[in-house]
Amino acid sequence: MSDGNKIIRMANQIATFFHSQPASEGPGGVATHINKFWEPRMRRQLFDLVDNHGGAGLDSLVLQAVPLIHRPAPAEVPPAAAARA
Amino acid sequence: MSLVPEIDFGTPAARSEKMVTLTIDGNEITVPEGTSIMRASMEAGIQVPKLCATDMVDAFGSCRLCLVEIEGRNGTPASCTTPVAPGLVVHTQTSRLKSIRKGVMELYISDHPLDCLTCAANGDCELQDMAGAVGLRDVRYGYEGDNHVKARSNGETNARWMPKDESNPYFTYDPSKCIVCSRCVRACEEVQGTFALTIEGRGFDSRVSPGMHEHFLESECVSCGACVQACPTATLTEKSVIEIGQPEHSVVTTCAYCGVGCSFKAEMRGEELVRMVPWKDGQANRGHSCVKGRFAYGYSTHRDRILNPMIREKISDPWREVTWEEAYAHVASEFRRIQYQYGRESIGGITSSRCTNEETYLVQKLIRAGFGNNNVDTCARVCHSPTGYGLGQAFGTSAGTQNFDSVEHTDVVIVIGANPTDGHPVFASRLKKRLRQGAKLIVIDPRRIDLVSSPHIKASYHLPLRPGTNVAVVTALAHVIVTEGLYDETFIRERCDWSEFEDWAGFVAEPRHSPEETEALTGVPAETLRGAARLFATGGNGSIYYGLGVTEHSQGSTTVMAIANLAMATGNIGREGVGVNPLRGQNNVQGSCDMGSFPHELPGYRHISDEATREIFEKLWGVTLNNEPGLRIPNMLDAAVEGTFKGIYIQGEDILQSDPDTKHVSAGLAAMECVVVQDLFLNETANYAHVFLPGSTFLEKDGTFTNAERRINRVRRVMTPKNGYADWEVTQNLAHAMGLGWNYSHPSEIMDEIAATTPSFALVSYDYLEKHGSVQWPCNEKNPQGSPIMHINGFVRGKGKFIRTEYVATDEKTGPRFPLLLTTGRILSQYNVGAQTRRTDNVLWHEEDRLEMHPHDAENRGIRDGDWVRLASRAGETTLRALVTDRVSPGVVYTTFHHPLTQANVITTDFSDWATNCPEYKVTAVQISPSNGPSDWQVEYDELSRQSRRIKGKLEAAE
Repeated sequence: MSDGNKIIRMANQIATFFHSQPASEGPGGVATHINKFWEPRMRRQLFDLVDNHGGAGLDSLVLQAVPLIHRPAPAEVPPAAAARA
Repeated sequence: MSLVPEIDFGTPAARSEKMVTLTIDGNEITVPEGTSIMRASMEAGIQVPKLCATDMVDAFGSCRLCLVEIEGRNGTPASCTTPVAPGLVVHTQTSRLKSIRKGVMELYISDHPLDCLTCAANGDCELQDMAGAVGLRDVRYGYEGDNHVKARSNGETNARWMPKDESNPYFTYDPSKCIVCSRCVRACEEVQGTFALTIEGRGFDSRVSPGMHEHFLESECVSCGACVQACPTATLTEKSVIEIGQPEHSVVTTCAYCGVGCSFKAEMRGEELVRMVPWKDGQANRGHSCVKGRFAYGYSTHRDRILNPMIREKISDPWREVTWEEAYAHVASEFRRIQYQYGRESIGGITSSRCTNEETYLVQKLIRAGFGNNNVDTCARVCHSPTGYGLGQAFGTSAGTQNFDSVEHTDVVIVIGANPTDGHPVFASRLKKRLRQGAKLIVIDPRRIDLVSSPHIKASYHLPLRPGTNVAVVTALAHVIVTEGLYDETFIRERCDWSEFEDWAGFVAEPRHSPEETEALTGVPAETLRGAARLFATGGNGSIYYGLGVTEHSQGSTTVMAIANLAMATGNIGREGVGVNPLRGQNNVQGSCDMGSFPHELPGYRHISDEATREIFEKLWGVTLNNEPGLRIPNMLDAAVEGTFKGIYIQGEDILQSDPDTKHVSAGLAAMECVVVQDLFLNETANYAHVFLPGSTFLEKDGTFTNAERRINRVRRVMTPKNGYADWEVTQNLAHAMGLGWNYSHPSEIMDEIAATTPSFALVSYDYLEKHGSVQWPCNEKNPQGSPIMHINGFVRGKGKFIRTEYVATDEKTGPRFPLLLTTGRILSQYNVGAQTRRTDNVLWHEEDRLEMHPHDAENRGIRDGDWVRLASRAGETTLRALVTDRVSPGVVYTTFHHPLTQANVITTDFSDWATNCPEYKVTAVQISPSNGPSDWQVEYDELSRQSRRIKGKLEAAE
C-alpha cells in the first residue's frame, strides 16, 4: 500500500465493473464495495489521494463514490508514541 | 475397539421404487425390483458363498460359487446375476448346491499356493473364508501339473508362473494368488473409470494385466486403490499390510487432502496406521478413494516433522529449541510489544484451510478477541474468494448448490477451469461414471485436460479458450441462449427478478457478445461455442462444475456471476442433477470460510459491521469487537512493506510458496518483526519466521472438516500427537499466554459454541454427527437433516439476481518481451505446495514441476522435450524442464506449483480479482528460452532455505 498506484488500481478495477452495470448502481456500488471490504488504512490512503492529490488517476466513478465512502477514524496513535508525547 | 463392520451385499443397490416380495430359505423379504437374489439374501441375513461379486461393482457371474435353487426353475442359477421376482421361493443351501460349490472350490484351491500362515491376507482372505464356508476338506486333484503357483515345476521353469510386481510403491501384485475373479478389472472400469486393467489370455491362460502386460507403475494405473480394495485374496495387497500385518481396530475419519472430503476407515494396530480404506457409507466418496487419501499419509510420521517449538531472534540465526511455555510467552510478549509500539492494528493472522473447523474458529477468535482487530484471512483468499462474492451477489449465499450425489442425475455437464481427474479425483470418477451412462460433457479449458478424451469418455465440446477470456466465453454462451430463445422463461419469472433478467438479456444479446465477435479474442470457434450453448440449454439437467481456472483471474468474481447467470437462465438451480458447483481446493477451505476467517465476516458470513451479530460474540467473549473490516492477505503484505504491519500468526499455510509474486511475499515477511509459523514442517514461509510452533496431523486430533458440498464430516483422532498437542490446544495455550480465559477441554465444546452463535450450524454437535454420520449446512430447525441441495423453493436472497458481466481484458498482456501466456494447475499425485505429498512415495509419479509447451513454441525456441528452460515474467524468473506436448495450444504454457525449487510463483504477478483481491495465478505473460541451470534467484533462495533450516545442536538436515 506504500504504493499509491496499487490503491488507484484496485479502486479503478472496482469502478470498471460498475461502469458496465446500470447507471443507477454505479457510485453506490463502488462505495458499498469499498466500505465492505477495505480496511481503514486503505480507505485513508484513498481519501489522501482525493483530499491532497486531487484524486489524480482515480476513475470518475470512484470520485463520484467518494461522498458515500465511510471516512475512517484517524489512525490510532500507538501507545508507545502516546506515552512519549 | 474393533474393526468398523461393513456388510458386502454382493451387488449394488437397485434404485427402483417398485418393491418385490420373495422367500429365501423360508424368510419372506421385500426388496426393490432389480435387486439380485444375492443382495436380497444378504438383506435377509443369509450370506450366499461368493467370490467374484462385491457390491462396489456390477454382478459378473463368473465364480460359480453363489449358485442357488429356485422352485419351479431349472438348474442352479447364479444368485448375483439373477434378479428377484415376485413370489420366488429360493433355497441357498441344498445337497446339490453343496456338492457343486465344494467342487468349484476344490478347483480354485488346486491352483493356489497353500502358504496361508505366512500370507499377508491371513485374517482377511475371502478365498480362505469360502473354503471354510463350503466345507472344503480335501483337494483330490493334487497340486502338480499345470499351475500358476510354482516358479519351477518338475524341475523345469514354469512358464505360467509370474513373479510379483512390486513396482507400485504402495501395493504389490502377486499373480500366483490370483483367482481371475475380475473384481480388480471391474473396479478399475466401473468405480475409478481408468480402464488400466484387463484380463489377458483365455481359459487357463487368463490373468490380470495392467495395460499391455506392463508393470503397474508403467501402466495407465493411477493408484487409486480400488482394485486392491476389491481383491478377495492377497493378489493385490497394500505393502503396509505386508509389512505390519492385519489391523485390529478401525476408526472412521475424513481425508485431509482435497475438498471432496472422502470418508476413510483408518485401520490401526495400536497407534500404528496400517492402511486407509475408503468407507462405503461416506456420502461424498461412496467407498472410493484416490492415490493421495488412500496411500499418501506417510508424511504424518516423516522424519522432517518438527516436534519441538523453536525461536530465533533474527531470521539469519539458527533455530533454538525451547519449551512450549517459553514459546507461548515469547509470542505473547512480542505481539504485545508490537501493538504497544505500532498500534493495535499492526498484527494479524492466517487461519488454515487444512486444519479443522474448530481450530480455524479459535484462530479467528484469538485475532478478533485477543489481538483486538479483524486482520484475519485464510487461503480461500487465493482460491475461492470470488465464489463467495459472486454467488453471494447472485444467489444470496456463497454455498455450492449441490451434493456430490447430484452428479448421478445430471444430463449435461460444463466443466470450466477445473481438472477434476487430477484435482478432485474421486469426484471425477463419479462424474465419469455418469458420462459413461450417457450424460454429455462440455469442457472449457485452455488445456486439453484428461476429461476431454480418455477411455470411454469424450467431451461433446472442448472450448480451448485463451487464458483470461472466461467472461467473454461464458457471456457468449448466454448470448446464444438468449438470442436463440433457449432460456427457461417459466423458471426465471418464478424465481428471479424479471426486470433484472430483461436488463441482462438485453446486455448479453448485444452483437458484440456473439461468439462470432468474441472468437478473435477468445480463440474459441464460434460454431463450437454455439453448439455447446445449445447443448447445455436443451440437454436436460444441466450442471456446472468449476475450479480455480474460473476464480484466479482479474475478473474471477465476474466469471462466477456469469456462471450463476447461465444456471439461472437455463433453469438449472434448485433440484438434483443441476446447479453451480465450485470444486474447493483444500480439505477444509469451505469450513475455514464458514468459520469467519475473512477479515470482513464473523462466522456464518455475517458482516463485521452488523451490530446484532457483533453483539452475539461480544456477549459470549466478553470483549468489544472492532466494527471495521481488517486486512486481507495481500493487504497485510502491502502494509508490512509499508511499515504498519509487523507481526503475524500463520497456522498451517505456506504463503511464501502458495501466494503469488513470491518476491513481494518475502519482502512483506522480511519486513515483519515477529512471524509465527505453526506447521508440520519447516515450510518455505518458515524461512522468514521467528517462532515455529509444531503442528499436528489430521490423524492426531478430533474435529470436523467441511467439504465442497458443505458436508460437515468428523475427523477422529487415531494416534497421540507426535508434537504433544493438537493444533487447537496450541492456539488455546497461546490465547492463555495473551491473557484470554479460554477453557475448552475438547473440540466438541468449540463446535457447541459455533452452533450457539451461528444460525446455519444451529443443530450441529458431535452427538448429532455421531447419529447422522454427517450433515450439510444449513442444519437448523428449518433443515434438521441438513441441506443437500440449496435454493429448492426459491433463492436464499429472495429473487435470483442477473448481473451484467462485461469482459475486461486483464492488465497482464503479452507483448514482444513476454509473448506467451503461462497458466498453472495441479497434478494427481501431488497436493498444493507439496509439503505433504512430496514427503511420500507419490514423488515417483511427479518428482519435479515441468513446463508444458506446444511443439511449435518449443521448436521456435530450439527447445526439446526434457530440456532445461528459463521461464521469465515481469515479476521474476525461474528454471525448470520442458515437457513438449500439444495438450496446450500454441501461445500457452502450463506448469504446476508443487515443488519449492521451481517456485512457479516467482513468476506470477500481483494482479488480482477486482472484487476480492484473489490473485491472478492463471494468466502471466512470459518468455521462455533455453537454459543451462538454475536462475540466480533459485541459487540464492536455496542457500537461504538451507541457512534458515539450521537448528542449534542438530546436524543440518540432509535435504
